[in-house]
Amino acid sequence: MAEVFVVVEAGVKKVTLEMLTIARGLGEVSAVVFGEADTAKLGEYGASKVYVATDSAIQDHLVAPKAAVIADLVREKQPAAVLLASTQEGKEIAGRLAVKLDNGLLTDAVEVAADGTATQVVFAGSGIVKSKVTRGLPIVTIRPNSVTPAPEAATPAVEQLTVTVSDADKLTKVVERVVEQKGSRPELTEAGIVVSGGRGVGNADNFKLVEELADLLGGAVGASRAAVDSGFYPHQFQVGQTGKTVSPQLYVALGISGAIQHRAGMQTSKTIVAVNKDAEAPIFELADYGVVGDLFKVVPQAADEIRKRK
Amino acid sequence: MNIVVLVKQVPDSGAERTLSPSDNTVERASANNVINEMDEYAIEEALKIKEAHGGEVTVLTMGPAGATESIRKALSMGPDKAVHVSDDALHGSCAVATSKVLAEALKTLNADLIIAGAESTDGRVQVMPHMLAERLGIAALTGARKLTVDGSQLTVERQTDEGYEVVTAATPAVVSVWDTINEPRYPSFKGIMAAKKKPVQALSLADLGVSADEVGTAGATSQVVEFSPRPPRSAGTKVTDEGDGGTQLVAYLATEKFV
Repeated sequence: MAEVFVVVEAGVKKVTLEMLTIARGLGEVSAVVFGEADTAKLGEYGASKVYVATDSAIQDHLVAPKAAVIADLVREKQPAAVLLASTQEGKEIAGRLAVKLDNGLLTDAVEVAADGTATQVVFAGSGIVKSKVTRGLPIVTIRPNSVTPAPEAATPAVEQLTVTVSDADKLTKVVERVVEQKGSRPELTEAGIVVSGGRGVGNADNFKLVEELADLLGGAVGASRAAVDSGFYPHQFQVGQTGKTVSPQLYVALGISGAIQHRAGMQTSKTIVAVNKDAEAPIFELADYGVVGDLFKVVPQAADEIRKRK
Repeated sequence: MNIVVLVKQVPDSGAERTLSPSDNTVERASANNVINEMDEYAIEEALKIKEAHGGEVTVLTMGPAGATESIRKALSMGPDKAVHVSDDALHGSCAVATSKVLAEALKTLNADLIIAGAESTDGRVQVMPHMLAERLGIAALTGARKLTVDGSQLTVERQTDEGYEVVTAATPAVVSVWDTINEPRYPSFKGIMAAKKKPVQALSLADLGVSADEVGTAGATSQVVEFSPRPPRSAGTKVTDEGDGGTQLVAYLATEKFV
């Protein structure tokens, strides 16, 4: 059986385990890891081989060196497919890889069939497309929260790669990495539960209510564009057309009207719950459970109730 | 500084969008087509750099004849001129082929700085800036929330999930921007009038030396084999808070095993 590459950009994330799970249906799984490799974890989810690329050029320059390493490895090993995470960086690597190999690519897949056909959710969650790469091997980026990671133990063989990075791949230097917000909350696109606040939250200070409910549920915090534009919450937490696309088990929308811009980023969530004082708000059209009411009364009461039940 | 802004015309993301049943390409003929929102931020950034450092701003669009409307809209914000790559053979082009055509067009423009929106609202693929950088052998600084120009040195704050990365490169380079970078200006009446007279150069595939079989549906590297509308979500239970809305909400979450 041919190899299938799963690209691990930085650390094993939930989407990595999802990719490993999908890759097992396509061939023999080989993880391509940049930096420190968590071989045990990758093996737990079925990686039979782990390629490790460590070179300062990879850390010090943006995206291009990673694409160069993968392209070389693809030429050498001729895998059946390459899977990457549908993150900004994953897509960028995929784009460069496609040009280097003169090969097709598919982004934001939620499923990949054994023949390489990918399923994509398009147009703000209003359509489903099945696509195929028709030139070269399938290069596919996988959207987080697409499948349930399933373990299948393997003992991976580790192979250290010799990295050669050309000057052309070193044109963009990363001089600093700044962490602005990092707490104990799960990452927005990978979280099983997301609690988001919108314009109705009123101000930045009131977002504490959203955060409190998120923490009680063990979820991530999101925000609508209206809330971000009003300066209530930082942009990296924006859910919607010009922000993140999330697909959690539970999405809680607080004070969010449900404009199409917002729906674009959350309507594939499994269960949607909304609290809004406007009974006519479009968010109720897609909510499995909606409460028409003042979020400043409903949310604290819900928080108390969750504490009571714990 | 010679700046080129990439502008794409897309179906309005606020309206219903679909694929054309005949060939599974994005349905543009019947859609309300608009300038890709993120590109307005790219234009604004280009204009700000021109205002501070001098130079010229050119809009580059690949798209059908009808894209002229978006080109004029872009020009009304202030760019000096536009280049419109249009050819019937381009219909159905994939990202890989699009990057080839745009790269050839960019070679004729000799840009110091190419600015693009971080993604388009139709495909949301996010690959074009890096594809172009790869083809042109120039730097890519993508996902910018801030761009500083100091002579030929570019510094970008690249937005990440956890904060940002400071990335630098020398020109020529491609920069892509998010909507956090600035607040695009509205075209003035004067700007709208002036846009009508600004030069728009038309380029065909032949002008660029790209053959028709490398692009369009014929030369596509991927293909949509099936499209189906996703069943719309239906509304579930809606209760009005009469003092116990929060408690009821948690009771629901408990039945769904979230609490």
